[in-house]
Amino acid sequence: MEFNAGKYDVAVIGAGHAGIEAALASARLGCRTVIFTITLDFVGNMPCNPSIGGTSKGHLVREIDALGGEMGRAADKNSIQTRMLNRGKGPAVHSLRAQIDRRSYTSYMKHCIEKQENLDLKQAEIVNLRRSNGQWELVTRLDAVYEAKAVILATGTFLNGKIYVGDKSYMSGPDGVFPAVGLTEALEKLGLPLRRFKTGTPSRVNRRSVDFSGLEIQEGDERVVPFSYETQTPPENKAVCYISYTNDRTKQIILDNIDRSPLYGGKIEGIGPRYCPSIEDKIMRFSEKERHQLFIEPCGLDTEELYLQGMSSSLPEDVQLAFLHTIKGLENAEVMRNAYAIEYDCVDPVAMSATLEFKDVPCLYGAGQFNGSSGYEEAAAQGLVAGINAALKIQGKEPLILDRAGSYIGTLIDDLVTKGCNEPYRMMTSRSEYRLYLRQDNADTRLTETGYKIGLISEERHKKFLRKLELIKEERERVEKTVIAPSEEADAVMIKCGTAPLTTGCKLSELIKRPQLNYEVLTPVDKNRPELSGDIFEQVEIELKYEGYIKRQKAQIAEMRRLEVKLIPRDINYDDVTGLRLEACEKLKKVRPENIGQASRISGVSPADISVLLIYLTKKGK
Amino acid sequence: MSDIAAIATPNASGGIGVIRISGENAIEIADRVFRSLSGKKLSDIKGYTALYGGIYDGDEKLDEGVALVYRAPKSYTGENVAEISCHGGLYVTGRVLRTVLKNGAVPAGPGEFTKRAFINGKIDLAEAEAVMNIISSHGQQSLNAALNTLEGKLSGQIRDITSSLANASAAIAVWTDDPDEDVPEAHEKNVKNTICGALERLNRIIENFDNGQAVTEGVNTVICGHPNVGKSTLMNLLTGYDRSIVTSVAGTTRDIVEETVRIGDIVLHLADTAGIRESDDIVESIGIDRTLKKIRNSDLILAVFDGSESLTKEDISLLEKCKSRRAVAVINKSDLDTVIDIKKISEYIPWVVQLSASTGEGAEGLRIALEKLLGTKELDTSSGMLANERQRMCCEKAAESLEEALGGIDAGITLDAVNVSIDYAIEQLLELTGEKAREAVVNEIFSKFCVGK
Repeated sequence: MEFNAGKYDVAVIGAGHAGIEAALASARLGCRTVIFTITLDFVGNMPCNPSIGGTSKGHLVREIDALGGEMGRAADKNSIQTRMLNRGKGPAVHSLRAQIDRRSYTSYMKHCIEKQENLDLKQAEIVNLRRSNGQWELVTRLDAVYEAKAVILATGTFLNGKIYVGDKSYMSGPDGVFPAVGLTEALEKLGLPLRRFKTGTPSRVNRRSVDFSGLEIQEGDERVVPFSYETQTPPENKAVCYISYTNDRTKQIILDNIDRSPLYGGKIEGIGPRYCPSIEDKIMRFSEKERHQLFIEPCGLDTEELYLQGMSSSLPEDVQLAFLHTIKGLENAEVMRNAYAIEYDCVDPVAMSATLEFKDVPCLYGAGQFNGSSGYEEAAAQGLVAGINAALKIQGKEPLILDRAGSYIGTLIDDLVTKGCNEPYRMMTSRSEYRLYLRQDNADTRLTETGYKIGLISEERHKKFLRKLELIKEERERVEKTVIAPSEEADAVMIKCGTAPLTTGCKLSELIKRPQLNYEVLTPVDKNRPELSGDIFEQVEIELKYEGYIKRQKAQIAEMRRLEVKLIPRDINYDDVTGLRLEACEKLKKVRPENIGQASRISGVSPADISVLLIYLTKKGK
Repeated sequence: MSDIAAIATPNASGGIGVIRISGENAIEIADRVFRSLSGKKLSDIKGYTALYGGIYDGDEKLDEGVALVYRAPKSYTGENVAEISCHGGLYVTGRVLRTVLKNGAVPAGPGEFTKRAFINGKIDLAEAEAVMNIISSHGQQSLNAALNTLEGKLSGQIRDITSSLANASAAIAVWTDDPDEDVPEAHEKNVKNTICGALERLNRIIENFDNGQAVTEGVNTVICGHPNVGKSTLMNLLTGYDRSIVTSVAGTTRDIVEETVRIGDIVLHLADTAGIRESDDIVESIGIDRTLKKIRNSDLILAVFDGSESLTKEDISLLEKCKSRRAVAVINKSDLDTVIDIKKISEYIPWVVQLSASTGEGAEGLRIALEKLLGTKELDTSSGMLANERQRMCCEKAAESLEEALGGIDAGITLDAVNVSIDYAIEQLLELTGEKAREAVVNEIFSKFCVGK
């Protein structure tokens, strides 16, 4: 029999990377919040790769941190190896990536939630969600009924989760946890456009059974940069990864057994991500490629489990074993967990607005894989935005909308709610047209102020941030003013770096702009350089070196924002807009963009349609 | 709002052509192409006033005319507006518009002036409704046009260029986005080759567009040479092809006679000039000055020589002026014995035609040479690609962006920044085909590279 179990402002369903950020943000903003998980032992679980960050994902983590989210701090605390990827390929694509001790990460996150004021963590499966007297009612499998003003769906891969291994399939969540099977019906009743997506994970093997002798080692950086702007002491490197390759025999075994794949056998209907292909996918689609790389990554310090990045598969277990044993180093590998594909219910994100609230279901929000994305970082980013917006809405405040010009988080959400996705959406630097401005090194200058205004950044951190901005400004002014005169010493530096010696005095800023030079090599000639932390010099150097490009990007951003402030009323009837082309009309009806800028990014909406729309709106406004 | 510009007078030959610019910076943009005789700047004069002066593309004078200034909100659109009135030939107005676009304006969309007028409260609802219908029909039309041209040969080329660039962009993206993956390194040399290839093809397309204008709008052509080589006879020969389509304007103020003729598919705006020679006569030397100016400002030179006489000093000086210009050397009087040094001439002007202007013998050779020189022979007129300035501007912006990318690579800029320029070029080209750049690159990544965990 149902009973009343409690009353909250915000309820979060799911305690994965999205749910955690959502619940913490909402509670920190003063809302009474409850978060439900199917098992307390898997709060913030990493059912796939034991790592956080990577290109563009590292950007997301830093942005989450700048807005006051938890992921960056948690990653720093539980990192066992950190690398800054793409050093030497330009600042826009520098990206942090850390191997994480997944068990300690889970403990950290669980404890973080437990300690958080205003926040209750509960182990329960929500099987029904309904409206009653202007409130949400969440019903658990044991008939407990929780009331909430706003609900955030962060169900990950649990919703009607179904695992496929060869011709076997069964209902299950990831990592052997049971799935959430009751909620789908309730969501369908609410009119959410649900669909099935698919993803997969590789096997884990026991370290004792791996022969590392012939494998390439991948070490962490000598000088580790942390994710969080709050982390004072950078994490240490405590583990290494290894690299191996598939070969002809691996390929042959997979080709011989391809008909036993549920995907190629036509059993899986869910749409899988192109960027996260299973090994059989890679071999089928890129048959000309002789070998495929795989990374052997530790799952933690207190475990012998190793993750085999690159070897995701849904072939039968015997085939998995056979092809793994063809790989150098894995000849005698003992598999501890087999690879599998998992199919799950998720929503078409165009049903949401940029606040991640459903347009037709007020006070209902979605985040993470439920929204059709993929990746821990993408999930956390959305969770944070959904949590903040749920709290702001309840408190009657203006919503937080991050635009694509200001952050990767904004780009991610705009892509999802404007263009939708036909496969699990992964963040990539190439998805952002403003990537020279949206760098990981300046995430704090882009977003700390926003985080502070919302109330997730402390006074102390804000003060520190303002000080940093000041220092950057002062240093920039200094190098613009400092003139380096020609001298033997200066000539020596220039010649050594392969650039023209000075003939007349030259501004230090102009020297920094030269591609061959940088702060470091200019140290001998820059006599009056103040003692500042490296990140100040980094900012000034990047700003100078890429000045022209950044200026242009900023001009594009200004242009884009001009359209972004032209709002389209929610109740617009596109059928009334004379002159709109049929295709555009249908697309606009489906996406229901919030402003002209968003409308212009919908494929199938032409500039002429936008003109028509602008005139209609101006006419209406009179 | 951006600053928009368009030719405000009908798209036909007329006495006067008006180029209208509207937007916050309209008057500043006009200042960049217009230099008043008095030295005053348009940005310094009041609304509803005008200045007389020259219209320039950089240092090259295109025409003379009047520029009128309207200041917001007292203008048709309610914004700052500058109107430049020049001589009404299609070619001249087109050149002026293009120069205005080069200096910061963007081409106005269909009905955009009226749209702005409405938004700024200058016209009422009924008028706006009418405009909306125009815009929508234009939208549909231009879409249809775009769809039609997508089948064309040139648009296929645009697609090819775009896909080669998307390929390069994807290679850089995948190399940076998946640094741990076993993907080929993006070599600057390869990227550079791709860009150079694309740039070359793009420039050819732009050139083709300009050649296409020879068909639709005509080429400013000057006939020159020293006195009595038979310039006027040549003029008569050319105009005599079909008097009915020739409009004759006696250039009373310029000592230059202008005619518009059609030769095959090509329309030439012919200007017969005073013969060039050193002269003590003041009036004659003014005429010669004008001739030299005309030579500088024209797009095609028909340099006429008397084949029965050897080259004179004046001839050589004329040949100097034709060097690396679009020019045809017409060796007249082929009915007499050829004395002139043709080899010498062809060192300056590769296109040499022998004819007799008085008998018409060899005129066919001139037509063929012109068609080849102006590229109209290969011109795919059926495709209608690059039909307007907007499309041309897309190509030009793309080319510019690619130049910038090349410059970046040479200056040692990292590929992440270079890729932004490539992406911008792709975006411009895809504007022609109606696709979105981000998706094009992302799709390219997934189809070409095997990446992912």
